[in-house]
Order: sequence, then C-alpha cells, then structure tokens
Amino acid sequence: MTFLVLDGLQKIYGTHQVVQRFDLSVERGEFISFLGSSGCGKTTTLRMVAGFETPTVGTIRVDGRDVTQLAPNQRKVGMVFQSYALFPNMTVAQNVAFGLKVAGKSPAEIKTRVGEMLELIKLPKLADRYPYQMSGGQQQRVALARAIATKPQILLLDEPLSALDAKIRVSLRDDIRTLQRELGITTIYVTHDQEEALSMSDRIVVMSEGRMEQVGTPFEIYNRPATRFVASFVGHLNLLKATVVAPSEGRITVNGQAIRTAAALNGVPVGAPLTLALRPEAIRIGASETGNRLDGTISDVAFLGAIVRIRVQVGDNRLSLDTFNNPGSPPPARGEAVHLGFSPEDLHSVSDA
Amino acid sequence: MKRARLGPWIAVILGAIYFLVPLIATFEFSLRVRRNQYSFDAYANVLGDPHFQASFLYSTLIAFATIVVGVMLVVPTAYWVQLRLPKLRPVIEFITLLPLVVPAIVIVFGYLRIYNSSSWLPLTGSPASTNVLLVFGYVTLALPYLYRSVDTGLRTIDVRTLTEAAESLGARWPRILFTIIFPNVRVAIIGGAFLTFAIVIGEFTFAALLDRPAFGPYLQLVGANRAYEPAALSIIAFAITWACMGLIQIFGRDRRTGVAARP
Repeated sequence: MTFLVLDGLQKIYGTHQVVQRFDLSVERGEFISFLGSSGCGKTTTLRMVAGFETPTVGTIRVDGRDVTQLAPNQRKVGMVFQSYALFPNMTVAQNVAFGLKVAGKSPAEIKTRVGEMLELIKLPKLADRYPYQMSGGQQQRVALARAIATKPQILLLDEPLSALDAKIRVSLRDDIRTLQRELGITTIYVTHDQEEALSMSDRIVVMSEGRMEQVGTPFEIYNRPATRFVASFVGHLNLLKATVVAPSEGRITVNGQAIRTAAALNGVPVGAPLTLALRPEAIRIGASETGNRLDGTISDVAFLGAIVRIRVQVGDNRLSLDTFNNPGSPPPARGEAVHLGFSPEDLHSVSDA
Repeated sequence: MKRARLGPWIAVILGAIYFLVPLIATFEFSLRVRRNQYSFDAYANVLGDPHFQASFLYSTLIAFATIVVGVMLVVPTAYWVQLRLPKLRPVIEFITLLPLVVPAIVIVFGYLRIYNSSSWLPLTGSPASTNVLLVFGYVTLALPYLYRSVDTGLRTIDVRTLTEAAESLGARWPRILFTIIFPNVRVAIIGGAFLTFAIVIGEFTFAALLDRPAFGPYLQLVGANRAYEPAALSIIAFAITWACMGLIQIFGRDRRTGVAARP
C-alpha cells in the first residue's frame, strides 16, 4: 500500500533548479535511499518531506493526506541529522523524552518509553550522561532513539553515518536497518555512500544534478544501471568503446576483436559507436569456452589483501578486474599478455543521459 | 636569552605600576579620615549613609530590570537573525553599536524632547514611568555588550540544526527558545548581564538628567562635597566591578568545554 507520495516535486532557488520533477511512491515500512554526490538535490528533497523547505511545485502526501503546506512540527516525522543535533543542555534521557514532553505525555508514560528506547539502542546505562560525555556513535544512537520515541509516521535520516569512523559506521548501519525492520517504520535515508545505500535499502533513488537518474532495488541499480551516470557512480565499472557489426545478433567489435551482447541491439545502425558497461567482477582471466574473449596486456596490478585489482589494456580501452587473492599463486606481472573471458549477459549498453 | 625575557617583564611591571599606584594611593587616602592614624571611618560613613543604601538598591533594581528587558529583546533577535535573516546581521550589528557612537547626553536629550510631560507619550510625567524610560535607556546603552555576547554564544552552537531537530519533534517557538536556545547560551547571557550590571551601577548622565535617585548621581554628589568618602566609594565601586568579573569567571566556566578539554 502506498504510504508516502512525492508528486512532481520541484525546488527552485532564484534561477537555480535544485530539484527537478521528483516523483516517488513509497510503500508503508519501506526503506528508501536517496543516493548521489553532494549538490544533487537529495538533501533538499528530504528537507521538503520534513517540512524545512517548501516545494516550488508539487505535492507531498502522507497516508492520503496532503502535507505540503504543513509546518515541520505538525508532520509527525522523526529526523536524524549528520551532526547528531542532540540538545547539549539535556541528558540522554531528557533528549529522548523531549518529543514525548512536547506531545503532552504523562511523566510515567515518558519514563517507560524512554527506558524502552534506551534498551532498543543498547545504551540503558547512559541515561544520565550529557552528549559531550559520549562518543559520536553513541550520540547518533541517542539521536535515533529520540527520533523514533514519538512513533513518527516517517523516519528521515540525513547522512547519519558520515561523521563516524568506518568500523562504527558499519555496525550502526546494521543496527539502523534491524531497528527499522523491527518497527516497520517507513524510512528515507540520504547518503553519498553507495555501499550504505546498497546494503540497507529496499529501493534506491540515484540522483544527479537535481534529477532522478534511476529508481530500483539495489540489485537492479548495481546490475542494470539505466544511465551512464548510475553505472559510473554505483560500483566500479568498465566502459568499453565498441562498434556495432550486426545489431540484431548483438555482434560488435572492440578494437577489432569480435564479441557479442546477450540482447539484440535493435535500432542501432551498423557501424555506429556504442558504449558498453562491464563490472570488474564479471571478468575472468583466461578465455572461456562459450563466452566472449578479449586479448590484452596487463598494465597495472594492485594488491589489496583479499582482492587483487588488475588493469588490462585492450587497444585504447582500459579494463579493471578483481580477482580473489590466491595464497598458492602470486598475482600476474605487468606487461604479461592475458585473455579475458566474460559472459555476453554481463555486457550492458548504457545511454549517455 | 635573558635579555629576551627582560623586555616583557619591564612592560608588565610598568603596566602594573600604571594601574596599581593610583589605586593604592586612593585606598591609602581613603583611610586617612583621622589624623595620624589609619581607619575605615570613610567606609563606615559611606556604607552607613541611608542615601548610599537607597541609591545603590535603586540602581541594583534598575540593573536587574535592564538585564531582563535586554535579554528578552536581544536573545530572540540574535537567534532570529542567525536562523532566518543572516543577511541582516551587519545592519543589526551597526544598530547595536550606535550607543557607542551617539553620546548618552544626546540620547537623553532626545528622550526628554520626545517623552516630556506635554508630548503624546509623557513618560517623564511620573516617577514610575520615568523609571521605565530609564530602563529602556539603559537597555540601549547595554546593547553593544549584550548583543555581541549573545551573538558570540549563539555562534558556538548549531542553532539551525538544533531548531530543526526540535521542530521535527513537534516543538513550537516558545519552547525552542526557552528550553533549548536560552540554556545553551546561558554563559553568554550571564557574561552580558554582568557587563550590563556594571554599566548601570555607575551610569550618571541618564539618571541625573531624568532626575532619578540612582547610584551615579549619588557618587557625583559625594565627590563634590566630601574629602575622603569619594576615595572610599571609588574603592567600593572597584570591588563591585571586580566581583562582577569574578562572577563572570565562575558562571562563565562552561561545563561542556570544561570536561571536553580533558584528555
């Protein structure tokens, strides 16, 4: 059932269009990520949902009700900020209780709920601490507890993990997702970190320059990027310059070497240039029997521990591929000639949009 | 090496002599009421004088009223400017600096012209309304110090995000101001309040021209008519100022940074 509808949202500051026509329907309990680099309009869109910005055009409906003109304090949204935004003059318990107090709950009710929330974020012993006495990770947990204590209709998270170090980021990421699933709360998560978006979301909205580039599940976004931007922004990607030979059979050439795509290239004329995307993990060293084969020379080898990243020059195309480290055999050397094998199914034509 | 250290010490010693010698001399003079014998008679005279007590109490009350009105005016203004009208900051800063540029005598003559008993708003018509006018005048005088202090305090917290966090939790303006903004700029408000207190306690021009029984005119009266008591009063005034500064230090110590500074 559709719970949150963003209908034709646009935001224009002066002559600068920050958000261009944003349409999205979010199911109840769904976890949606807005993914994009800074300045792509993701935070502005989130702030429109929160009520801190008013859309220039378009409407926002929550559970069938138009909330576009409602003030933030009437929208029943919980918000978590990158900078935690805990009230410095209040203890953890007072911070979590703030929204409940505003809502006019009884002291007994507030006490119970605060206790529950602190149990939920696994910090029951820190109720009397002040924000300055806690680590960033703990502060962000408290901010999360404060946001969900009032049982908001929608939870909005604005890059909540950006200010934390890598290890805490991963553990808190898992905690947020678990909590969100348990509570079944509709959530919008803004991030520039593709790993966060891919690992947490039910669906991802990839944004660039105020436009929605693609909406889809992490699997779809990663494996079938709709535009060149999505392909290059999400994960590592090899872009191959090819020439079409026989469109209906998907036959093409890359630097004179014949390969083919799984899908027919209908509508592309013979001899036309074409850009193809190929994920590094889809490429194997050593030609396969049935699939595509390209011959090249190793130009660079980066040993990253568990993974070895190898760059191979195929004419004027440079391909990157990842192999797992094998303790039994050292990685190949630069200058070595190699055959690369990959399946036709892994080749995707990408539009330049 | 030694030479390099000598220079700053000479500066410190010269500075100390410049400040301390007149003070010590004044203190010594204030003790000489009796011939050939030091005593605190001048202090006893001053502190026992009912006019001293009345005028000091009056000025203290006016100072408190000034602080309350000033804080209620300045904190919401500085908050709003920071939150919604950052472009207006230079304008507001200019306005708050005006009392340093326009002499008090000019301001008070302006007041007397506008609010005299035959004007459309005769604030000088009765003692009570003159007191109100005096408080408003003092708020103006304290503006440069109070506004700067509060504005600096507001800059140390993330006003915008804290406001948005409170708004998303359902809070409205009065609650945000009184439960989040005021407590977090407490130190800045206290600093500004003590400065305001120090200004109001010694202020002469407004009080004299509006004919109010304040401490400033009393100081002037005693200074003009007595020998040793003005010296004692000067020392008392210094003690009050120092006490204010000491209190700023005590209350101004921020719990947050105090702990955060520890390794």
